[in-house]
Amino acid sequence: MNRKKTSWLVTTLLILGSLLILFPLYLTITIAFKTPPEMAGNLLALPKSWSFDNFTQAIEMTNFFNAFKNSAFVTVFVVIFTVLTNSLVSYAIARNLHKKFYKFLYFYFLSAMFIPFPIIMLPLVKQTSAWGMDNLVGLIILYIVFNLSFNVFIYIGYIRAIPVELEEAAIMDGATTWGVFWKVIFPLLAPMNATVAIITSLGAWNDFMLPLVLLSDREMATLPLVQYIFQGQFSTDYNLAFASYLMALAPMIIVYIFAQKWIISGVMKGSIK
Amino acid sequence: MKKKNSVFLIITIPAFLLFVIFHSFPALQGIFYSFTDWKGYGDWNFVGLKNYLNVFKDERAGDAYLFTFKFAIVATILVNIISLLVAIGLNSKIKFHKTLRAIYFLPYILSILIVGFIFNFIFAHFLPQIGDVFGWEFLTRNILGNPDLAWIGIVIVAVWQAVSFNTILYLAGLVTISEDLYEAASIDGAGVWTKFWKITFPLIAPFFTINMVLSLKNFLMVFDQIVALTGGGPGKSTESISLLIYRGGFEGGEFAYQSANAVIYFIVIIVFSVIQLKFLNKREVEN
Repeated sequence: MNRKKTSWLVTTLLILGSLLILFPLYLTITIAFKTPPEMAGNLLALPKSWSFDNFTQAIEMTNFFNAFKNSAFVTVFVVIFTVLTNSLVSYAIARNLHKKFYKFLYFYFLSAMFIPFPIIMLPLVKQTSAWGMDNLVGLIILYIVFNLSFNVFIYIGYIRAIPVELEEAAIMDGATTWGVFWKVIFPLLAPMNATVAIITSLGAWNDFMLPLVLLSDREMATLPLVQYIFQGQFSTDYNLAFASYLMALAPMIIVYIFAQKWIISGVMKGSIK
Repeated sequence: MKKKNSVFLIITIPAFLLFVIFHSFPALQGIFYSFTDWKGYGDWNFVGLKNYLNVFKDERAGDAYLFTFKFAIVATILVNIISLLVAIGLNSKIKFHKTLRAIYFLPYILSILIVGFIFNFIFAHFLPQIGDVFGWEFLTRNILGNPDLAWIGIVIVAVWQAVSFNTILYLAGLVTISEDLYEAASIDGAGVWTKFWKITFPLIAPFFTINMVLSLKNFLMVFDQIVALTGGGPGKSTESISLLIYRGGFEGGEFAYQSANAVIYFIVIIVFSVIQLKFLNKREVEN
């Protein structure tokens, strides 16, 4: 099949290009370990001694573990509930698309994808703070609801390819609709669930705008939000700032190193649908 | 059958209601307030289309629209050219295929805000240092501090990040093209360029359409990059529409006025997306 020879020219070009991606990360890591006097010298040089002082100081100043806990809390619950509820709603719509109400729901959810966040931002923040939802739980609920638009779209495409006969057989054996979904459909959705879980967790972990406008209590700040507040206060100490950035980026990078195969194919599947 | 129906309703009605409460209702409220003079607190009165007329007369809003369009169009074109090239490269017979693919996709998983902060440093300190060492005058000053050039810095960071996702989409399209087509074309004496325009491009046209529409839509909503790089400055030269709505609405007491701006913004995004889809779909059919 692959009779073509390896193209070294293309390989070289791609390696050179990849340096453009790796370089900012190299800079982040080395600066995070440097001391302020070292910044006066060559920025490309490696740190003279690898000290963790910047990290311990950054942890204290940004209350890192608290922010990490907040981000992890939000991401975990958003992913779990998004996968469970959005797949269920998509199933109910997918199997009833011939009915007017469900067809309306389908297009209703889809159309929301085109509404820019700023148009709902101002009233939404008023409303959620009036209801005492300007906290992490409110954030979780909003993510789960907002995710519905995109997820209905990708789940329904997948569910419609699953033969209805499978469900009919289960119903003959006495299963309820509820049972059919959890025992037959949900396991079959595994690849889509993984895709949705990956895209949702990236979205929740990295999001900046919704925490920025919604959260009023600083104790609840998520990792990106902490970087923003911190940047405003200590913008001159780059070593400290970079240690903080690195710690905020590291969890995702570590997960990515181990799971990049699934993450890439998951995102690919989600975007082709 | 009756029982089955009720289960489906029990599932979908709460979802529908939650969506109405947290998405549609705020959107309608935003549209409603855009016809009032509400500051976000206190009393309000209907003012009709006054806010809309004022947005059109507002120089700050006009500048924000101009900047956002300029940024979004340039970034969309660059992202699509670069990611298509990278995807073609990654799809050809190369060494370190998996590693390279993983590296090119890496920016997608990183927080744009933090990436922006890192690039902020690169523009402010690293590039000027390089400029000094090599005596390149144009690099010695931070471009983010120059009202005429700062937008280029934002384009660079936005493109750096967005290429990853668009590459994956193009790659998804490219892997579906059979190698036989290229071999047949080679036998007919087609060169690299002919193969690209006659085989590759027509076959990935749907991916091209999706990528163009999604990129433009995302770039029109640019926010995180700007907060991290320039905060809208110097002056107001890089203030995007999202940033203006956020600032005016939350900090400037312009709740109703910025709601009108948001409605205009929404219409602009829809119009842009529809025109693009129409235009690109027509081209797809011709191919």
